[in-house]
Amino acid sequence: MTTQTRKLMKGNEALCHAAIDAGCLCFFGYPITPQNQVPEYLSALMPKHGRVFVQAESEVAAINMVYGAAATGVRAMTSSSSPGISLKQEGISYIAGAELPCVIINVQRGGPGLGNIAPAQSDYFQATRGGGHGDYRTLVLAPASVQEMYDLTRDAFDLADKYRNPVMVMADAILGQMMEPIAITRPPLPLPEPHAWGTRGTRKGCRTLVNSLYIMPSELEAVNQRMQEKYARMGREDTRWEETATEGADVVLVAYGSAARVCRTTMDILAAEGVKVGLFRPITLYPYPSDALRRVGEQTKLLFTVELSAGQMVEDVRLALEGRCPIGFYGRMGGVVPTPEEVADAVRAKLAGV
Amino acid sequence: MTTTLCTDEQVFGRSAGLTEARMHYCPGCTHGLIHRLVAETLEELDVLDRTVGVCPVGCAVFAYDYFNIDMIQASHGRAPAVATGAKRAVPDAVVFTYQGDGDLASIGMAEIVHAAARGEKITVVFINNSLYGMTGGQMAPTTLVGQATTTSPLGRDPGLAGYPIRVSELLATLDGAVYITRQAVGSPKAVQATKRALRTAFQVQLDGKGFSLVEILSSCPTWWGQSPREALTWTETGMAAQYPLGVVKDTTGSGTE
Repeated sequence: MTTQTRKLMKGNEALCHAAIDAGCLCFFGYPITPQNQVPEYLSALMPKHGRVFVQAESEVAAINMVYGAAATGVRAMTSSSSPGISLKQEGISYIAGAELPCVIINVQRGGPGLGNIAPAQSDYFQATRGGGHGDYRTLVLAPASVQEMYDLTRDAFDLADKYRNPVMVMADAILGQMMEPIAITRPPLPLPEPHAWGTRGTRKGCRTLVNSLYIMPSELEAVNQRMQEKYARMGREDTRWEETATEGADVVLVAYGSAARVCRTTMDILAAEGVKVGLFRPITLYPYPSDALRRVGEQTKLLFTVELSAGQMVEDVRLALEGRCPIGFYGRMGGVVPTPEEVADAVRAKLAGV
Repeated sequence: MTTTLCTDEQVFGRSAGLTEARMHYCPGCTHGLIHRLVAETLEELDVLDRTVGVCPVGCAVFAYDYFNIDMIQASHGRAPAVATGAKRAVPDAVVFTYQGDGDLASIGMAEIVHAAARGEKITVVFINNSLYGMTGGQMAPTTLVGQATTTSPLGRDPGLAGYPIRVSELLATLDGAVYITRQAVGSPKAVQATKRALRTAFQVQLDGKGFSLVEILSSCPTWWGQSPREALTWTETGMAAQYPLGVVKDTTGSGTE
């Protein structure tokens, strides 16, 4: 789908169009709120484009179908929400271990346990620390608008191929459910040729194995070392963030996704009172924009982190700054979204003590 | 009359579907034999270069070293889901899973049932040796009542641990399953029948008819505490009493064995 005009759509729909336009051949999903529009929409859209849609029997099966499809060298995707993403962790570990590309969408909801279906950002640790077993990482992209639900999902496929690694798009119930106008300016890609390494049958006597089993510890350590080099390269080449009015700011808010949207209004409130306030918005949660954040933090009086969680990303803020700057935090949990005013109150209270 | 024997002519050899790797299986285990039957079948059907195998967690975890084809290593029980992904992505490929009874009938029960229900055009080679071999001979869903294992040392007590699952009969209730048969490899005759069953199962896939599964009663002399010969005999006596041999379901309409 390309259009110069803007179209109004839900975030969950936008990412579906991104998958089609990115040349995603296979989608495997399972119903869970608040991401249900994704499998619903793709169940119609994928066959229309001659692609594969399968409603799996579980999130566990869905991620393993992604593993099987990705092994053949094609673009594959699954989507879910927090409890379902927990179920997928075994498969994500295998995909990371076998170094296959794929895209995983997490439209986060409140937790822990069954939690609720309201927006949350409490899967940050799970997403950025690997999530499953073993020393692996997924590249994590955090959209903050319906436009970015499209743009970052498209980029996710390229990044997954670049690093042969799972890439997660971390949305939440707000971003999945809200409607905004978006402009799709990039032309859709035709279906890419399958990767030459795909398990599609032997070619000229060469066979392909997709595997993450290395019985010899030295061999497995070497594989891990190569993977760690890959993650370091992600940090050098594909760390993304956005800064708004950070130059000369007395306080810089640090927030991603929906929390960053709240913070934009908080900025307006505080700026109207004469406070020099900026916003630092990480777009990749892993790799985390630590260097850029450190530079900002060294030139401001206060970094103030806002999350829809008990304080997960704030640990990366502290790690980035290593005590160079005071760090405040305000978070709401369980699907409660803070108002811009209550965030402003929390910032004022913290600023008074700095 | 004179007869000339051409000794330079090779009349038998290793299937091109097998690598030269030395297998790690225990003496008297039938995994190696079944690998050969699968490889020969794929070779005879001339599909080795378009086959993708999915190997399990269990004794056959290294099957990717032995089959001379493209292979994907699946996590425990998930092979049918992985095979679904591969087959849907590459419909022209011949896709099979090779799974043991712990893998398929316990942790992977959801995946095998739903792959069969969807009528996935894959072939499943299901090795039933009535226990978990690789991890040390623990009780499986297929362990016979009274059978001693390392987690049922006094014998499987149905009051505590329930009853063995007849996977083939269970899956045969599903409309997506087209060809399901239970075979053994305890005698030359049984081996020949298994070979024919494998050929039918892969032909079902090549014809696009649906899901096919060959259950093979297999020996585990190591954890059964039997000699290889005793173990082979047991597959066709003790095991076959619980798991009757023969075609369980065939809706191919071709009157296969």
